Amino acid sequence: MVDHLLSVQDLETQFKTPEGIVHAVNGVSFDLSEGETLGVVGESGCGKSVTMLSVLRLVQSPPGKIVAGKALFHGKDLLQLNSEDIRAVRGGQISMVFQDPMTSLNPVMTIGDQLAEPLMLHLNMTRAQANKRSVELLGLVGIPRAEERLKDYPHQYSGGMRQRVMIAMALSCNPQILIADEPTTALDVTIQAQIIELVKRLREELGMAIIWITHDLGVVAGLAQRVIVMYGGFIIEEAEVKELYANPRHPYTLGLLGSLPKIHEESRTKLYSIEGMPPVLYRKPTSCPFAPRCAWAMERCWNENPVLESLNPNHRVACFADTTNGSKHA
Amino acid sequence: MTNSEVIVTVDNLKMHFPIYRGVIRRKVGAVHAVDGVSFQVKKGETLGLVGESGCGKSTTGRTILQLYKPTAGKVYFKDTDLTSLRSEQMRLMRREMQMIFQDPYASLNPRMTVRDIVGEPLMSFGLASGKQIDERVAELLKLVRLNPDYIGRYPHEFSGGQRQRIGIARALAMNPSFIVCDEPISALDVSIQAQVVNLLEELQAEFGLTYLFIAHDLSMVRHISDRVAVMYLGVIVELTDRNELYRNPLHPYTQALLSAIPIADPVFSAARHRQVLEGDVPSPVNPPSGCRFRTRCPIAGPICAEKQPEWREVGPNHYVACHKV
Repeated sequence: MVDHLLSVQDLETQFKTPEGIVHAVNGVSFDLSEGETLGVVGESGCGKSVTMLSVLRLVQSPPGKIVAGKALFHGKDLLQLNSEDIRAVRGGQISMVFQDPMTSLNPVMTIGDQLAEPLMLHLNMTRAQANKRSVELLGLVGIPRAEERLKDYPHQYSGGMRQRVMIAMALSCNPQILIADEPTTALDVTIQAQIIELVKRLREELGMAIIWITHDLGVVAGLAQRVIVMYGGFIIEEAEVKELYANPRHPYTLGLLGSLPKIHEESRTKLYSIEGMPPVLYRKPTSCPFAPRCAWAMERCWNENPVLESLNPNHRVACFADTTNGSKHA
Repeated sequence: MTNSEVIVTVDNLKMHFPIYRGVIRRKVGAVHAVDGVSFQVKKGETLGLVGESGCGKSTTGRTILQLYKPTAGKVYFKDTDLTSLRSEQMRLMRREMQMIFQDPYASLNPRMTVRDIVGEPLMSFGLASGKQIDERVAELLKLVRLNPDYIGRYPHEFSGGQRQRIGIARALAMNPSFIVCDEPISALDVSIQAQVVNLLEELQAEFGLTYLFIAHDLSMVRHISDRVAVMYLGVIVELTDRNELYRNPLHPYTQALLSAIPIADPVFSAARHRQVLEGDVPSPVNPPSGCRFRTRCPIAGPICAEKQPEWREVGPNHYVACHKV
């Protein structure tokens, strides 16, 4: 048994809303090894962000509440740490990059001040040391004339550059895990390509593990080693990246892959689309949460929620149906 | 294309937004959002318009519909010059041309019911009243695969994909022949994107609609378009048929855009060489001299700074503006 850097076990998170309790994360378990890049894929509301926010205890409470589970990081359960200890982990050993670089930076603080803050807080640097390190960090993420640009405010940076600053900030304390929550979704394709190349380079240079949350199966294909697909707060499929794209099993994964236009397609074919919408779960489901949208759904799917089972050591799926003949997919 | 009748002609269209400064609001410059764009849209086709944010693609779409008064240039719809029309004449023309907006959350009035949103154009043109509106709205909702019983609901009761369908129903209310789709799917989830794109294609087949499809996602544009125009900083740099563009991209910017598309295939992804563009799009207030792409172009030479490249046909229906091609 390999030692895992992070091991999340049976995590459950709920939100209290006026309409009732929303079951956002329903017993999610996964492991992350040192230096590994894990892709977490799913649509809005599938629980992918809430899972990672729960691990770092960033879910606002109330209305959110982590109901059950463990998140073992170096053997310590992050969910049991007191608030001072979890703050030392956050931004120090595990750091996070958020989706929207326009709103994640403080508009009235200079980039230099924002970069120096975690350095002085976590690494006890002096202001001068922190400034020197900030220049290095901006250089590392490819921002030219770093020394001058430290004095700039966020509005003087473009979207792509702000996301680089966010990454620089996340890397500032040499984290062991970088959690990136849709960091390229708000950016143009060309800038997205720049950021992905940057992250690949930094991963090689610094050797940290990465959890990359996205709805874009294309981005994950070029970046991750292993992929988790989430739906309705459950992990419904997990596989090594090549295995997942070559041999997707869950009808939802099949649908996601099918709804992407094929870049090599010469004639116009109709896109496969998953009918209906993702669910909001007010009760813990007793049936498969995907059944209402599933072309393979059979009686058993309505009576029982399938659990993740191993197909082979590199592939787990939660589905009763045999989807290997793609006939329902035409 | 079997029918090559031209429905929209854009001739050297320019849209400059003035910048005023100081107490007396002196004009100090202009944002050259669209700076000399010419193309034609043929009846029944989908013309894709792609480029990064800030390249002027949405402004082009809006200026064609005269939502902005163009600084220079002409827009012909069939044989009518839209830029010379008075506002009342233009208002009547709008029945023929409609728009679908990017953000289904911001483009629907939260205080209006679906009936009012979809029925407003009918009332505004006096084409229906009372019961007739209800009937027509119900019919339109069915067309976009929404339950006609939802007629009395408000936008917040719908998901993003459903709201986009309401926007489409509203655009269809006047039986237009030309629709500008301004990034209609970029705010939607992947599985919902496919639903909306399929709907747009079905409606096109049913009503013979012509689309100008604006997007930054080249893979979706390839899927839906017959021809694709690539825009950079207010000018079109390449225009050709969908397959030709992806098989044989000539402009270095098109090549870079294509290579930036993430591909959902890890084996292919690992094997391909990615040409990553450096830097950001320059400011359209002071666009670079000569070729506007030269500051980010991997093959730029001295001539590129001196002369704006000519727009020329290099192959059948393949137009490009680059000195190096």
